[in-house]
Amino acid sequence: MTSRRSTTTVAAICLAVSMAASVLLLHRVDEIRPRANIEDALYISSPKMVKRASLGFEGLMACIYWTRTVQYFGDRHAHGSRSYNELAPLLEITTALDPKMIPAYQFGATFLAPAPPNGAGEPRRAIELMKYGIQHNPDNWHLYYDLGFVYYTELKDYKGAAEVFEQGSKVPDASPYLKLLAAQMAEHAADYETARMLWTATYESSKESNIRQNAIEHLRAIRVDEDVTRLQEAVNRFEQLNGRLPATIWELAAAEHLRGIPVDPDGNPYVLSLDGQVQIAKPEDFPFVTKGLPPDYKPSGLPKFHGNS
Amino acid sequence: MSARIVHIASNTFREAVRDRVLYNLIAFALLLSGAAIFIGQISIEIERLVVVNLGLTAVSLFGVVIAIFIGIGLVSKEIEKRTLYTVLSRPVRRWEFIVGKFFGLAGTLVVNTFFMAIGVFAALLYVAHKFSSSDAFILVALYFIVLEFLILCSLALLFSSFSSPLLSAVFTFALFIIGSFADDLRGFAAMTHGIARWFATAAAYLVPNFSALNVISAVAHQQSVGGQVVLQNSLYALFYSAMVLSGAVLIFERRNLK
Repeated sequence: MTSRRSTTTVAAICLAVSMAASVLLLHRVDEIRPRANIEDALYISSPKMVKRASLGFEGLMACIYWTRTVQYFGDRHAHGSRSYNELAPLLEITTALDPKMIPAYQFGATFLAPAPPNGAGEPRRAIELMKYGIQHNPDNWHLYYDLGFVYYTELKDYKGAAEVFEQGSKVPDASPYLKLLAAQMAEHAADYETARMLWTATYESSKESNIRQNAIEHLRAIRVDEDVTRLQEAVNRFEQLNGRLPATIWELAAAEHLRGIPVDPDGNPYVLSLDGQVQIAKPEDFPFVTKGLPPDYKPSGLPKFHGNS
Repeated sequence: MSARIVHIASNTFREAVRDRVLYNLIAFALLLSGAAIFIGQISIEIERLVVVNLGLTAVSLFGVVIAIFIGIGLVSKEIEKRTLYTVLSRPVRRWEFIVGKFFGLAGTLVVNTFFMAIGVFAALLYVAHKFSSSDAFILVALYFIVLEFLILCSLALLFSSFSSPLLSAVFTFALFIIGSFADDLRGFAAMTHGIARWFATAAAYLVPNFSALNVISAVAHQQSVGGQVVLQNSLYALFYSAMVLSGAVLIFERRNLK
């Protein structure tokens, strides 16, 4: 009995020590070898082959591939990568396995379309993906909306966007926004109001926190772009009237009879540069603005998101 | 059903439970609860889809493994242990032995599936916080999985009635794979001509069609399964199992057990 007890004790200690040692060693090996690349793990790139190999359990396989897609994009995005070579093949496999998996189209287009570092910079493949999604889910108005969105934001193809919004508006139970957007695209595509309407529709039609947050950031950026445009016009007016540039933003505010110093959505006053350019004080807080950026400003990696607008 | 068949079936069920077959339920519970808790953190918007797909796939695969690995030993183990001679020396006919074994194994799988189904619905409730009327279609998918088990049990018994456990496992598993590609086999048959077409068509209809019994993806997307599909699939599984079981009885009746 004593012998058995001592054997048990020694075996238990051996087990614990060996386990701890193997975990520690694996950790060390991970540190010294080059970072494992998920790209290398895409052994089968043919959607048909993966579908065959799933033995009829395509649904589960699609979930696995979708999770891999999210992990692939998230990992590369987090490391500020500008290359997403396997993103489109992963999305193609996912949607071939389960053509009804709507999040793969909606988020997939969001991953594929925007220019790096916010996305893969492949709007054409995003459009192909969305068209495949619509082909298999013709009654889902969200897909028409997202496709029109890619045409509008990434390709500035307002005619294409208008056509898709129009098609989507005919889907039963489609959001009334689609009809409005189709009309808006035809006449006022480049207006801030149209962009605001698009992002408001995105915010209101999605329950996903990341999408809503992204919409908030774009709505903030639209407000800044509008403010900067308006203030820049005020600067030009001031120069025409006085023959010189306003010395400070305070002088400009006084000349325009503004109630106070113009501020951005975070409450920081806009800045007036020496050459009369209206700029935002903290450009890193507005990753999607197109106006008011200092001339030498370069975005530093990932967009910084905020809790509210 | 004769009392002798019921006795053999209940003994088969008891033996499976004694062999700790139902321990697979622990692995299943861990798998599902892990998926339900963690998948939301590593993926986007597919929690429900994962629970249904993973749950039903696991029910199916666990059952397939049980059906094959228990089914292949049902006859050969009795011969090896020489308990078959004791059974057959009593007023039990050979066909009753085969049919009893079939119902015993099928019963084990039904009980196993019942507990797994509770796990699937519990995980679904955890991720969705409530049930919807379309969740009832999951029951149809589970029913089809049980029908798939009936066919596999009969196949395992058929091979077990004339070959070794290893070969029986290989044959049954191979038919499970081929049956999963049954629709492709039909497509292949449609593309061929002449005698090849006849052979391919005959093969396509002879192998079990497991793809017709797989509605997991559809119910995961809350799509309905028509009443006619349920009826026709039920009849198909019933007749196919009866056909294979009859083959097993025919072989076993003529087998020299000396």
